[in-house]
Amino acid sequence: MLEINNLHVKLEDEDKVILRGVDLKIGAGEVHAIMGPNGSGKSTLSYVLSGRDGYEVTEGSATLEGQELLEMEPEERAAAGLFLAFQYPVEIPGVGNMTFLRTALNAQRKTRGEEELSAGDFLKLVRAKAKTLKIDAEMLKRPVNVGFSGGEKKRNEILQMAMLEPKMCILDETDSGLDVDAMKLVADGVNALRDAGRSFLVITHYQRLLDHIKPDVVHIMAAGRIIKSGGPELALEVENNGYADLLAEVAQ
Amino acid sequence: MNLPKAKQDALTARLAGLSFDARGWLGAARSEALARLGAMGLPGKRDEYWRYTDPTSLTTPEAPPAAAFDAGDETPVFDGIDRVKLVFTDGVFDADASDDLTLAGVEIERLAEAGAADIHWAQGLYGALEARGQTPVQRPLAALASAFASDGVLIRVTGRAAKPVSLIYRHVSETSDAILHHCVKLEPGAELTLLENGPAAARFTKVLEVEVGTGARFHHIRAQGRDHARRAATHVFARIGAGALFKSFTLTANGRLTRNDAVLELVGDDAVAHVAGASMGDGDFHHDDTVFITHEGERCESRQVFKKVLKNGAVGVFQGKILVKPGAQKTDGYQISQSLLLDGDSQFLAKPELEIYADDVKCSHGSTSGAIDDTALYYLRSRGVPLRQAQSLLVLAFLAEAIGEIEDEAIAEDIRSRLEGWLHRHAH
Repeated sequence: MLEINNLHVKLEDEDKVILRGVDLKIGAGEVHAIMGPNGSGKSTLSYVLSGRDGYEVTEGSATLEGQELLEMEPEERAAAGLFLAFQYPVEIPGVGNMTFLRTALNAQRKTRGEEELSAGDFLKLVRAKAKTLKIDAEMLKRPVNVGFSGGEKKRNEILQMAMLEPKMCILDETDSGLDVDAMKLVADGVNALRDAGRSFLVITHYQRLLDHIKPDVVHIMAAGRIIKSGGPELALEVENNGYADLLAEVAQ
Repeated sequence: MNLPKAKQDALTARLAGLSFDARGWLGAARSEALARLGAMGLPGKRDEYWRYTDPTSLTTPEAPPAAAFDAGDETPVFDGIDRVKLVFTDGVFDADASDDLTLAGVEIERLAEAGAADIHWAQGLYGALEARGQTPVQRPLAALASAFASDGVLIRVTGRAAKPVSLIYRHVSETSDAILHHCVKLEPGAELTLLENGPAAARFTKVLEVEVGTGARFHHIRAQGRDHARRAATHVFARIGAGALFKSFTLTANGRLTRNDAVLELVGDDAVAHVAGASMGDGDFHHDDTVFITHEGERCESRQVFKKVLKNGAVGVFQGKILVKPGAQKTDGYQISQSLLLDGDSQFLAKPELEIYADDVKCSHGSTSGAIDDTALYYLRSRGVPLRQAQSLLVLAFLAEAIGEIEDEAIAEDIRSRLEGWLHRHAH
């Protein structure tokens, strides 16, 4: 599904290298998790994959089902099936949540040569999906993320994911700022989307989220590289011992 | 007091080509307006309220030529709204293109025919609000319109008008120089929606006087037309009575020079005045909103909401003042002027003013200039919304507060679709 080879990235405006040769392969239907200390480049990886400005790829490649991602505009990546659930979902005053969802969904369908969804069909779909995420009609009417609590913002991200039905979902610290119940709700939303044709990359600081969203593979990232990969037990090891042992191990 | 020679010469030159009609009661009102104009002279570049907008092309003897514009790529604005249409072509009333001027609860008279008739209610109104509006800030072009208007409408509303009255201004001649003056009087409890659209002429000078009686409601929505080379100086003077409502919204897309003055007086208690504008300019565009709101009654509310979208060197100006007179307690005044600069070449000049002589009032004002929010743009695109569409969404979001001042949802939707059309055409 997603294949990243030797990805090197620096900040466009300053001479600061963030990613120093990331290699990652995620098969269809797999759930991978990336953990790592602050500043290791986890969020940068998610931004570079989704096409945010301000980063310069100096080496390497990233493909989604064989399509070269890094050459595409952000909207083309979305239409190709990539989705990033933001760590800090953006507030957009003046744009209604429903308008936003419908515009995004129909734009993607149009790009893929599919027919646009009628207003009635869209409404039915969004109501059904919102209900399972406990998003009420009032929240759907409000401007995108404006005045939403932390938990509401994250649920709104998962609602967008459920509506857009991407193939490759990246969750950037979706658990940050959530209480236990909210995390469970978000994790249930994600699990409901797990599918043989859909892959996930879950970026997190805490093993706790991985109790709810069970990964197939766990990667540890440090200083712009993936330094170790393993099964779910690797996350437990980090939880118990921190990163120090792992970092020391690699340094040897 | 004599005018400086340069001002006197400019005025003499401007008036040389205009014909003055001194007949009847209207002639008396015109004479008073002419005297006011004679004492003020035409606006000059050094006048305090013309510092950001060069009035030269609005005061020259001949109107600078402006090609008429064919907006055949979209249906005319307000097309789907049931209304009584009055059409003026290059400032001349076009009876064939207009509807029958009968509407229950409303009297409509043409100014050109009113001079000879005895229209008692208009006699104390014509030029009266314009004259009041000359202090403390002079508005010579308004006095010019009172003195020399070739036509206009006099509208008296005694009940709830069944449908809007719609003034349509067509521009055909490249050198037309139209001067119109309208009066609207809403008797206590009456209600009217007035629509205006179109460029009117190569150069358009206009006054609209509105007396809003006790408890009456007046809605005004106008679209100033898509002509690129036109010039316009328009004025709205309103006196708003106790418990009455005045709401005015203006959409301006294109136009080389537009100056819209609004002079509103809240004279009764518990009166409400809202004035809003959304303007968009690409390139050779200069748009100036100059607003003066006077609070005299107690517990009155005023709102000024002006939003400008500017690109390729377009210029936006906002001069907005709230004057709270002694005794106008519990005044609630709000003023916001904002520009969205789509590139580094455009300019927004804002001068908010507050002058308050009562001690128990709430007045807030703000002004901002900014670019499209990159983070919001990226967020929309990351969800699959193409760049141009994402930009349009954010521009419409920026304008939303101004459009929100239109109460009628069908009219608001019509205005919104104009904005979308403009954004689509000016995406590059």
